[in-house]
Amino acid sequence: MDKALQVSAIKDGTVIDHIPADRLFDVINILGLYNSNDMITFGTNLDSKHLGKKGIIKVANRFFQGQEIDKIALIAPHAKLNIIKNYEVIEKRVVEIPDEIISIVKCFNPKCITNNEPVKTRFLVVNQDPIELKCHFCEKITHEKEVVIT
Amino acid sequence: MQKRDLISITDFDKEEYLRIMELAKGFEEKPNQDLLKGKVVATLFYEPSTRTRLSFETAINRLGGKIIGFSDSSSSSVTKGETLHDTIRMVSNYADLIVMRHPLEGSARYASEVSKVPVINAGDGANQHPTQTLLDMYSIIKTQGRLDDINIFMVGDLKYGRTVHSLLMALSEFDNPIFNFVAPPELAMPDEYKRFLTSKGIRFFEHREFTSIISEADIIYMTRVQKERFNDPIEYEKVKNVYILRNKMLNNTKPTMKILHPLPRVNEINADVDENPKAYYFTQAENGVYTRQAIISHLMGLI
Repeated sequence: MDKALQVSAIKDGTVIDHIPADRLFDVINILGLYNSNDMITFGTNLDSKHLGKKGIIKVANRFFQGQEIDKIALIAPHAKLNIIKNYEVIEKRVVEIPDEIISIVKCFNPKCITNNEPVKTRFLVVNQDPIELKCHFCEKITHEKEVVIT
Repeated sequence: MQKRDLISITDFDKEEYLRIMELAKGFEEKPNQDLLKGKVVATLFYEPSTRTRLSFETAINRLGGKIIGFSDSSSSSVTKGETLHDTIRMVSNYADLIVMRHPLEGSARYASEVSKVPVINAGDGANQHPTQTLLDMYSIIKTQGRLDDINIFMVGDLKYGRTVHSLLMALSEFDNPIFNFVAPPELAMPDEYKRFLTSKGIRFFEHREFTSIISEADIIYMTRVQKERFNDPIEYEKVKNVYILRNKMLNNTKPTMKILHPLPRVNEINADVDENPKAYYFTQAENGVYTRQAIISHLMGLI
C-alpha cells in the first residue's frame, strides 16, 4: 500500500505526490486551494528516492482535470496523481505536459504583445525536461524556472 | 485561396526563398510593373523607420498600388488608446495588404491572425524582420551567384541583432554554409542558435576579434552595436569601438568578397571602406525595393 496514504487517509479525492519540495506552495497557489472548503493536508521535505525532498498534497472531494493538470505538470513535471474513491486508489496518473499550452502561462518577455495587449498566450512545448516553452507570438523561450502561471 | 502572410523568415521554405530571388531579379530588370493597380496597401509604422518605410512605399508605387497609413504612432489612434486588435480589424476592411512595423515582439503574428488580408512584418521589436533577410539573401546571390557554400562572417551585436539570427536560419537551408561569429562575449551569438547549427551539422566558429581568417570570407555581415539594447550605458561604451572594419583590413580578402550591413551604421564601418568595391551596403539597400516588390507580388498571388 502507498506509504503516504497510511498517514491520513481521505475517503474521496486526490493525492498529488512527487511535487518538488520548493514548489509545494506554488502548486497550492495555482490550484487555488487556499480558497477551498474541503479538507486539505499537505507535507513537504519528505524523503523521496527520485527528488531528494518532495512535497505531497491531499485534497478531499477534488478531481483535477484538463487545464488544472496542465498547470500541475508545468510546475511539478514528475508529479503523480492518485485518485481516491471510497478510500481506494482507483487510478494513478502521471502528469503530462501537452504539446501546446494556451492561456495558462505568462510569457517571460516583457516586450511580448501578450504582456501589453489583451491577447491569450500560446506556447509550443519545445522541451519537456527541463521545460522550455516557445511563445507563438514573440518566439522567445520561457524556461522552467521562469514559468509563471496566470 | 488561403491568405499568405510573411511574419517570420521560417514562414518560407527554401523553394520560396529561391522564388523570391528569381522574382526580385525580374523586378530589378523591369522595376515598373502595374501588378498592384487598383489595390490599396496600408503601411502601419508604429515606430519610425525611414529606410524600411520608404523602401516599401517605393516598391508599392513601382507596382502601381495606392498607399494609406501612418509613419509613427503619434499620428494614429493609438494615442487615443485603441488596441492593435481594433486598428488591424478596421484597416483590414480598407486595404488589400498590410505592412506593419511595431515595437512589441509578436505583434505581427498577432496582427496576421486578426487581419483578413495578408500581413507583412516590417519588424516587430527585436524579434523578426523577414524582408530584411530576403534582401540580404538577394544581395548574396546577386554578388556570389549562389546561396550554397557561403562562408559568412557575422560581426558586432550577435546577441540582440535580429538580422543575423534570421539570416543564419535562412542560410542554414542551403548546402554547406560556414558561419564565423565575431563578437564580444557580452554580445555573443545566443546558445539556441548555436545548438540549432550543431543539430544540423553546420560548421561555425567564434572569434573575439577580427583575424587574418577573414581572407576566407565570401560575405562580411556587419551590424550596429545598438545603444538602446543596453541597460547599462557603461557596458555600451566598453564595446562600441571594438568591432570597426577599416579599409586596410580588407587587403587579403577575396576579390569577390562583399561587405553587407543592414544600415544605419554608426562607426562600425570606417568611411574609408565606402569607396572600396567590396563595400556593398548601399546597393544592398537598393536591392530592398526589388525584393519587397517580389514579396508583395508573391504573397498576393499577382505573378
